[in-house]
Amino acid sequence: MKYVMLIYQGDALERQAALPEDEQKQVYADYQGVNETPGVTPGLPMGLAENATTVRVEGGKTLTTDGPFVGMKEAVGGFFIIEADDLDAAIEVASRVPAARYGGAVEIRPSEVYW
Amino acid sequence: MVAALERVFREEWGRVLATLIGFLGDFDLAEEAAQEAFAMAADRWPRDGVPGNPHAWLMRTARNRATDRIRRERALTAKYALLVAGNSAEVPMQATTFPDERLELIFTCCHPALAVEAQVALTLRALGGLSTDEIARAFLVPERTMAQRLVRAKRKIKAARIPFRVPPAHLLHERLDAVLAVVYLIFNEGYGGRDELAAEGIWLGRALAELLPDEPEVHGLLAMMLLHDSRREARFGGGELVLLGDQDQSRWNTEQIAAGRAELDRALALGGRGPYVLQAAIASLHAEMPCDWAQIAALYGELGRLTGSPVVELNRAIAIAETEGPEAGLRMVDQLGLDDFRYLHSTRGELLRRLGRTDEARAAYRRARQLTDDGAERRFFERRLAELAGGTRPD
Repeated sequence: MKYVMLIYQGDALERQAALPEDEQKQVYADYQGVNETPGVTPGLPMGLAENATTVRVEGGKTLTTDGPFVGMKEAVGGFFIIEADDLDAAIEVASRVPAARYGGAVEIRPSEVYW
Repeated sequence: MVAALERVFREEWGRVLATLIGFLGDFDLAEEAAQEAFAMAADRWPRDGVPGNPHAWLMRTARNRATDRIRRERALTAKYALLVAGNSAEVPMQATTFPDERLELIFTCCHPALAVEAQVALTLRALGGLSTDEIARAFLVPERTMAQRLVRAKRKIKAARIPFRVPPAHLLHERLDAVLAVVYLIFNEGYGGRDELAAEGIWLGRALAELLPDEPEVHGLLAMMLLHDSRREARFGGGELVLLGDQDQSRWNTEQIAAGRAELDRALALGGRGPYVLQAAIASLHAEMPCDWAQIAALYGELGRLTGSPVVELNRAIAIAETEGPEAGLRMVDQLGLDDFRYLHSTRGELLRRLGRTDEARAAYRRARQLTDDGAERRFFERRLAELAGGTRPD
């Protein structure tokens, strides 16, 4: 079963930047560990939400606005895909994502076939 | 006959449903098949007599119902292949022995990925065999709301693939805590007078103690529920709340107290010292007259260190007031930041009343009355206020 894992940074980026060097290295190592977990397909690294552009189409007219669709703190910060036996297996991997322990969170969305 | 049938149904529902879910891997299909089998039993057993092995009869019938249903829906999927294989080989579905998978079912129903209210509803439906309508009435919500809650929870179990299994060792205790919390919540909801939910909580606690005989907290929770419930009759005199000290002890259920203490002994023998075991020990001491308040205070102290709960500290203050006097209790109460908690104010009111500080006692009881939405409690506070207005001096 495939799950899409959405990473929300919350305060994690600020908090991680303030960490001593060896703990920062641990953060990178943990992200690498997640990416190398069997069944995980890493997503492309996402740039900052402040560089996002949001597009809407109203009455055939394309409207673009600066910033993410939701607030800066609520914006998606990254994603990856995991093929796992069940939700517990996905939860285990999510709990190893550094953002989850530094004030951010991981949202697990089961993938679904609509067509 | 009807009562005997109800008992068999009661005992069998969870087991039959659990085995079917384990076998079919589909909550809804299993539930429909089980429902059909139970309806057939209700129709036939009174006429033809109860079969020698009711469980095997229900299982076989439900399995056949599920097979028919799948055939009818022409869903020739893996499920169907599995049923056919099971039929011919008779491996997973022996005629008389079926795996008891109720534990798997409980852990699925109480999975933390489900909202707590959904966990509660699912547990009552799947293990307790209550109908949607019964659960809705017990929780005072419209039946439609409850039905939606159950449908949504079952849909999520399927869509997110919440596993149907007993969690592995490293997750067991964390997940068991969630299961115990659900059972306690069900019991507690019934403690205010909705008897059927209290009985349901105890029934689930018993099933859990049977399924996990070596977990001290399971026995601790069951012991605590039995001990609290043993005073149910005495807690309500003519629909009015009666405090422990004023209760008619002849109305305590001594058999249930003994059963609760036996569970507590079992928990202690297993080395239990967790929050439920401690609360059961306290409840056991409360069921003894005169109460050993010093021991109760010590146990609340231990419980407070485990939970860090100011409510536990409030209870400790009540015990301290009994051993060291109301002044000492009041000093503790006044350090707790529980201004919106009605029992803080009713406790203050009681301690101030004992100290003869009538005006302050009245103010405290008035605040407690303001904070409660329970009829029996409000009337109790009003009686206290009336007594204080009558100039009753401390005894």
